[in-house]
This record gives sequence, structure tokens and C-alpha cells, in this order.
Amino acid sequence: MKAKVYVTLKPSVLDPQGKAIQHSVELLGFQQIADIRQGKYFEIALDADLSENVARQTAERIAKDVLANPVIEDYRVEIDR
Amino acid sequence: MKFGVVVFPGSNCDHDAYHVVSKHVGQPVDFIWHKQTDLSGYDALIVPGGFSYGDYLRAGALARFSPVMTAIKDFAAAGKFVFGVCNGFQILCEAGLLPGALMRNSGLHFVCQHINIRVENEKTPYTSELDAGEVLSIPIAHAEGNYVCDDETLAELEDNNQIIFRYCDENGELSDEANPNGSRSNIAGICNAEGNVLGMMPHPERACEELLGSNDGRDIFRSLTKAIAEK
Repeated sequence: MKAKVYVTLKPSVLDPQGKAIQHSVELLGFQQIADIRQGKYFEIALDADLSENVARQTAERIAKDVLANPVIEDYRVEIDR
Repeated sequence: MKFGVVVFPGSNCDHDAYHVVSKHVGQPVDFIWHKQTDLSGYDALIVPGGFSYGDYLRAGALARFSPVMTAIKDFAAAGKFVFGVCNGFQILCEAGLLPGALMRNSGLHFVCQHINIRVENEKTPYTSELDAGEVLSIPIAHAEGNYVCDDETLAELEDNNQIIFRYCDENGELSDEANPNGSRSNIAGICNAEGNVLGMMPHPERACEELLGSNDGRDIFRSLTKAIAEK
């Protein structure tokens, strides 16, 4: 059982790193790039015998309390059986 | 009167803070390893700058889970003084002792230079020896000093006079050019609603000796010492 956690900056928060990456991508010749934002991705291996519900609750707690800072970031959890 | 300087793995301004307290403040001071949970006997704690836990995940994010932090929350709740500088400010925000968060500088660079900050509120335990509007020259050294908060939090900070220092030019004027990291409303330092917890990105402990280019930081430590003595 694997939990995948995506942490992204809130839309209202400026992302200077994303802007710098976008600039480099544009220098490479890629056009029509409206925006690039950087986020974080975590894989959490969980015990195989957990129910999907418990696995999701566990990952949500970890995301909320540790992986994301709710002042500036949102998170999304996916469970892979 | 006794000070403590909290040391996390990766703290690197702990000795600067210790030096200033022992030499310039002239008070007893101990290093407090982050696994310590007994803070009895201390009047003020300095959470120093550095790169606690290598800035892994987010600056200050992992230090928040060190055993000493639970004790620091109780210490602050008891009205004792907690003074976070640079990474210490980041840690106090992550721990919820101060509102908001510190993000990557808007210009992306690590900025290491003397900047000017304006005293916004002189009626705090950390600024009583300063005047409102006074301009201090204090160095900064950070990549994540861009203060971020939502509109509601900013309004609260302003209404309660919790914004203590703002980045300004040498004449005390606020501008985008004088803002080294993109901080919202030029915020360089804030306190909690009670006023006993202060966080600031500039390093007053590196501005206590003329030889280092400025001794403007001394008045902050003098203010704090006076507040402890009067308590």
C-alpha cells in the first residue's frame, strides 16, 4: 500500500522558483508557457493490511501536520493498492 | 537573570548569540540542546539562526518536532521571552508560535548584507530602548526570508501593533527597493499578540560591535534585559 502526497503552493502565493524555471524553459525555446509552479511529491509506504480508508486518513494527517505548511501550501493524497 | 540559546542540529548562529549575551548583555547564558525538555530557571530563550535539520522539507519545519519545542511552547505560554532570529523566526512560525510563514526570497538569491529596518512599535519588551521610527542597520543572511501571510492575518498584525520591524531605506522610507526579499508589507520582524515572542530575519547578534559594522543590535538586547529585570 502506497500513499502519494502532492504538496503545492496555494494559488495566491507567488512562486519565485517556478518563475525561474519557467524563464529557463522559455530560453530553451519552448513557447506558449503560461506558468510553471514547483511543488513537492512524497511516497509513503504503508502496511499492506491497512484498509484504504485508514491509509488515506493516516496520509492526510501526515500531509497536514508535517509535509505541508497550511499557511502557504495545499496538499492532495492518492492511495495506490 | 538567565538566558538560554537553543541549539538544533544545524544551528550556526548559536555561538554569536551566546557571545553577545555573555559579553555585551553581561548575563549568564547556557546552550540548550534540542533534546532538553526542562527549561526551569531560564528567563529568556534565543532561538538562533542557521540551518536546523539542513532546511529539509521547509526551513524550520523539522526543528518544530524537536523535544525542546514542546517545552518552548509552555515557556512562551507562561509569558517568558522567546526570541527567534533568522532560522529561529522560521522555526517559531512553523511551530505556530508566530503567525505566517517565510518563503523563498522573491529575487531567489541568498541575500547577505547590511540592511535598514525601521522600528514600528517601541512599546514591546524588545524595543523599549528604541524610538518609534528609528532606523537600525542590521545584517541579514538568508534565502527564505520572504514573509507571507493572508489578508486577515496582516490586518490582525497591524491592528495589534505586532509588526515590530520593517525593511526601509536609510531615511526610514518603505519601498520595494528597500525590501530585500519580497516580504509582505516590508515585514522584517513580528511578535505574538502577548508581545513576549519575537521573530525577526535580521541578525541583531551580529550588530553589537562597531568592528562588525554596526552596534545597533545592542539596544534590542538592552530592551530585553530591562524587560526581564522589570518582570
